[in-house]
Amino acid sequence: MKQSRLVNILFILPCAFAFVMIIIIPFFFGLYFSMTDWNGINNDAAFVGFKNFRNLLSTPDFLYSFLITIAYTVISIILVNIVSFALSLIVTSKLRRRNFYRAGFFVPYLIGGIVLGYIWQFLLNNILVGIGNAFAIDALRTSFLSLPNSVIWTMAMVNTWQYAGYIMLIYVASIQSIPVSLMEAASVDGANFLSRVFRILIPMMANAFTISLFLTLTTSFKQFDMNLTLTNGGPATRFLDVPVKASQLLAMNIFNTATANRMAEAQAKAVVLFIALLVVSLLQVSINKKKEVEM
Amino acid sequence: MTISKNGEKLPRVSIKPGMVILDIATVLLFILFMIPFGMVVLNSAKTSKEIIFNAIALPSDWGQLAVNVSLIFNNPTVDYLGAFLDSILITAFSLAVIVLFSSMCAWVLVRNKTTWSTVMFMAFVAAMVIPFQVLMYPLVRWMRISGDFMHIRLLGTIPGIVFAYLGFGSPLSIFVFHGFIKNIPYELEESATIDGCTRSRTFFVIVFPLLQPIIVTVLILNGIWIWNDYLLPLLLLGSNGIVQTIPIAVTAFAGAYLKQWDLILTSTLIAMLPVIALYLFAQKYIIKGMVEGSIK
Repeated sequence: MKQSRLVNILFILPCAFAFVMIIIIPFFFGLYFSMTDWNGINNDAAFVGFKNFRNLLSTPDFLYSFLITIAYTVISIILVNIVSFALSLIVTSKLRRRNFYRAGFFVPYLIGGIVLGYIWQFLLNNILVGIGNAFAIDALRTSFLSLPNSVIWTMAMVNTWQYAGYIMLIYVASIQSIPVSLMEAASVDGANFLSRVFRILIPMMANAFTISLFLTLTTSFKQFDMNLTLTNGGPATRFLDVPVKASQLLAMNIFNTATANRMAEAQAKAVVLFIALLVVSLLQVSINKKKEVEM
Repeated sequence: MTISKNGEKLPRVSIKPGMVILDIATVLLFILFMIPFGMVVLNSAKTSKEIIFNAIALPSDWGQLAVNVSLIFNNPTVDYLGAFLDSILITAFSLAVIVLFSSMCAWVLVRNKTTWSTVMFMAFVAAMVIPFQVLMYPLVRWMRISGDFMHIRLLGTIPGIVFAYLGFGSPLSIFVFHGFIKNIPYELEESATIDGCTRSRTFFVIVFPLLQPIIVTVLILNGIWIWNDYLLPLLLLGSNGIVQTIPIAVTAFAGAYLKQWDLILTSTLIAMLPVIALYLFAQKYIIKGMVEGSIK
């Protein structure tokens, strides 16, 4: 028995050690650093209480990033889920080559955010503008990335291109777990396609919606890689009479603050991101779970 | 009535107009989804001038693709080949330690129903909600301090970043393994113990081989993430350290050759190819792995 106890400890040790070293200690350090004046140049950090958090309330570029991140997340959730749900209906229909399409729509997910950001920057700034110039389409002549009002929508669109195929897979798995006889019975009873989708399919897929909304919510809220290489925060715009970067989402705001050696401020922003994400995702999951039960 | 070559009558296939519309719409949608890849390939085979002159046209000489690829691999400022090899090493080692140690840990947590095993499992699960942004700067500082203390270089080295990936990857992996091991009948292990098998042997000989389908899931979930990850390598390895990864090299290219799309696009093409090639071979497993990993 003594020997098996030793085995237990040895088996758990590598993961437990890495977990404590990489997540637990930095997490509590992080909470502490958000209440200091850590500047990244020297290692001293004096405790200042909640000063950093109070200052954030009067930092326009942070407030702007916070609001724009919420807008981006909402647009992304809606776009990604509508497109991926439509795709899942297509690839579970009786269409020829449906498995080929399913495999193809997933490919963008494999490309990392860094790489696809450059690709879309090229597409939007060069190809689309090139088409606009060649065919004299005025709407395309200026890049969608250079207009403060369209840049968030454009990023959400690129995000949809990346994630729709992945979320589609979750919906497909859910659709395939619904007994075929159920849909056929409804069809025999004269229910048309739309009412079959809305009355049977969607209520039966409640669990898949909980997962998909959670995944799209958390990934959009933490978006960084694609933001960095697609827009790098630009273009410039104004908010509360102060110049700000129109597409600088929260994660990039944190990164840029730390790059400017304002470490404690960056850390306080990160803690706000953490709490906001925690509250919103707990809210989403509990609302969805309640809906699941009702259905 | 359709009549086939040898004169037999084939049953009439009713073609619904709805299906035709769906068919056409899907083809168009699919082309729309694939256009970005097509544009990367087209423009990777052009010179910078050609791209500015006409980005949509077919390249005048496909041989330019080979020229661009060799320009990338022989570039004096960015060691692309080195980054490529480092990326492969980092991903492979990280996956190996994540699979081995997470499965070991999950097995002990499932088979020992004590308070501390429940608490530990809950801690792993709860940690998954912590965003990377909260951890990243304290982590760099902590790895410098603890590395100095243990006389190990954790920053800028492959072992250091592999250790970090074990820390970040194990919560989800333990969770996925935990769910799978729960459903393996305990009788199997019991009879092995009665036959005189030691506890560690029981795991490696009896349990580990049974985990094979879920190992594929864990490999895929972590593999896609680690291969494409940018922020952690950037912070731990630095943007011009000795050890580099592909995403860092791609940004280095874009930073050094501003708007030189021939080089930037070729470097993205090279970065994408291994993943897409792997996907073509292991498509069935990758799709299954992604679905299982996210539903659990």
